[in-house]
Amino acid sequence: MDATSNFAPVLEVRGLTKRFGGLTAVKNLSFDLHAGEIFGLIGPNGSGKSTAMKSIMGIERPTSGEVVFQGDDIAGLPAHKIARKGFGMVFQHSRPLNRQTVLENIMVALLPDSLLALFHDKALTERAEAIAERVGLGGVMRRKPPTLPFADLRRLELAKAIARDPKVVLVDEPFAGLTLAEVGVFSELISSFRDEGRAVLLVDHNVKSVAALVDRVLAMYLGEEICTGAASEVMKNETVRRVYLGGAIETSARPETSFKDKVPLLQVENVSVFYGKAQALENVSIHVHEGEFVSVVGLNGAGKTTLFNTISGFLPYSGEILRGGDKLRGISAAKIARGGIVQCPESRELFGEMSVRENLDLGGQALPDAEREAQLAWLFELFPILKERQGQMAQTLSGGEQQMLAIGRALMMKPTILILDEPTLGLAPVILEQLSKALERLRQTTPITVLLGEQNVTFALPHADRVYVLEHARIVWEGDPARFAAEAGEGYL
Amino acid sequence: MGFFKTRLFWISLVMVVVASTLPLYVSGYILGLLTVAYYFGVFAMSWDLLFGFAGEVNFGPTFLIGVGAYTAGIINNQYGVSPYVCIFIGAMAAVIAGFVLALPALRVRGPYFGLTTLVAVLMLQNFIVVFADLTGGEIGLTIPDVITISASANYWIALGFMTVSAAILYGLSQSPIGLVLQASGQDPVQAGALGFNIVKHKLFAFVVSAFFSGLAGALLVFYFGTASVGTVVDVAVGVNVIVAAVLGGRRTVLGAALGAIFLIVAGEFLRPTGELATFIVSAIALLVVLFFPGGFLGAAMSREART
Repeated sequence: MDATSNFAPVLEVRGLTKRFGGLTAVKNLSFDLHAGEIFGLIGPNGSGKSTAMKSIMGIERPTSGEVVFQGDDIAGLPAHKIARKGFGMVFQHSRPLNRQTVLENIMVALLPDSLLALFHDKALTERAEAIAERVGLGGVMRRKPPTLPFADLRRLELAKAIARDPKVVLVDEPFAGLTLAEVGVFSELISSFRDEGRAVLLVDHNVKSVAALVDRVLAMYLGEEICTGAASEVMKNETVRRVYLGGAIETSARPETSFKDKVPLLQVENVSVFYGKAQALENVSIHVHEGEFVSVVGLNGAGKTTLFNTISGFLPYSGEILRGGDKLRGISAAKIARGGIVQCPESRELFGEMSVRENLDLGGQALPDAEREAQLAWLFELFPILKERQGQMAQTLSGGEQQMLAIGRALMMKPTILILDEPTLGLAPVILEQLSKALERLRQTTPITVLLGEQNVTFALPHADRVYVLEHARIVWEGDPARFAAEAGEGYL
Repeated sequence: MGFFKTRLFWISLVMVVVASTLPLYVSGYILGLLTVAYYFGVFAMSWDLLFGFAGEVNFGPTFLIGVGAYTAGIINNQYGVSPYVCIFIGAMAAVIAGFVLALPALRVRGPYFGLTTLVAVLMLQNFIVVFADLTGGEIGLTIPDVITISASANYWIALGFMTVSAAILYGLSQSPIGLVLQASGQDPVQAGALGFNIVKHKLFAFVVSAFFSGLAGALLVFYFGTASVGTVVDVAVGVNVIVAAVLGGRRTVLGAALGAIFLIVAGEFLRPTGELATFIVSAIALLVVLFFPGGFLGAAMSREART
């Protein structure tokens, strides 16, 4: 190798584009990755960063563009070929072999891709042991994965990814589900990959969580690059700030004392939820007054959806949830919904092959005919587009229309508390404005109580009376939306 | 190799030794029953290699069994070729049929793979009925030659065959290939990202499964002296193979043989209850699947793993 090649990038991504049907998830993305560098690919949920990583690894087949690794274009090759060229990927969710030990799990990563490998190779055992020591699994090598704590399972993923000494390591959300102390340990491990001369590509939601670790950051939004540079520069970038924080936000909060109920309509008290070993909510307490509009803001993975699913009765939890002072524990999800706590889920869950009208009628099924007609008329006034689309199959609607239908169907149940989970996900700004106006009308003209979960602060703050910030499974801030930017906004980037 | 020190090895060894002495003191009737059970054991073990390791549900084990059985039978019936040659050709035919079926079927995901294999059985069944001149149709195919008429010899052949098959299939499941198969079955995306060609490994598992299924099917019809849809092709036979494997314990290989022996022996012992026999055996199978999804051997092994 001559001196100049040390400066040539290991990986060059040129014009990478990935389309799923009509949706362009990654649009003309280009960047370089050098040996001994940690490069962050950052963007809010739905911005296409994970798709970009998968397209590089060959898990998704890029629609167009080049991925040049050491001079060869590898775009379009299957994942196993790309892996053998010198790529390792750390998955966020993994399913280790539970009947094999940690050591054997690492050995799998070292095996050749051959049908002649009938006998175990002693040398592999030694290498696997060395890798286990390297990532801090030395003490638990002989144990089986189901007996390990969550952080050790993540270490196992790191071990597998670096087992064959890859030149490029792709890491998908390295810190999801880890405690703050563990984040420190994992940061050190990942920077040690850099020190060994590997090129590391990190995917994460926000700049802040990886700022200390990365050398350069590329911020993405709606599949496209916004800007690239050092973490501090990217955090200062106007467009990035607008994507994450919005521009100047006008708020119109009503003070909490203006709500007259003595006991809040909905109380969540010290609720904790675990997914297996990962803690998704940690002693979360929030309350919502009758008629109040409360926003819970937090990045993807902070625990918003978990919180809402817990309130809706889908998940087991410790702590208490009360509606009008009565405990909800033990009441089925269906009864909770019919009792007036209606969730409009992040994934919308429309009945795709049923018409718009049928979806709405299903929502209003429990209502007497006359009342349903009246509710429908009111709803069509709120979302006129749904009236025009009545006969159309729900799956043929645009994303924005689908979101309106999902909200509409929830409203047809005449909820006392409407829970909206990330209604803005993947929607264009013009649609957001329409949704925003509809929410404002709801707030002004009906007594409805709304609990909104959002990562898009611009959307979440204008209507909110009160705001909670959820971060790493905990509520870290509560207060007036007007104070949000000053007090909590910095930590949100 | 750690295996030779494990309890599982010694238990298996003792069981095989005890089983090999049975012809000295049990009736020909019981020997005949166990002979069939051992061939079923191989069907079930081959199936577990696919389901337990490669993670693919093959709803049509009898497609592979049937192709092996009928190919061997037809060649013997038509050309009078030696049974050993017929059996070998039968096994090869199953391998080729398995490969031709799996190559396109592995491209589709999840339940569609299972459906493809199910349709293959129905097609084979139809073929046999339509080409009755060649296959004996619904009456069945007469096979003129036998390997031996001694009940004891037949029993030992079946036992020996099952033991060798078990050793090979179990060995394979514990080999590096078995580990990669298991990883591909559990998390194909990650296995791909670790550098393993998933399709290649799964195809290999299918071919191995086809080889042993076809071989066992061919041996079985030479033992019966006849091949019929009801014994080696019918979907119900395939369901029994699947139930046996699940009953014995997914991902254990050896458990599948235990499950098959249990299923056949229990069915026979309950024969005095008449029509109820099938019902009782099915009910037991259902209870095991519902409450001990690990099966006989799976439950025992996971208890050991936890300690």
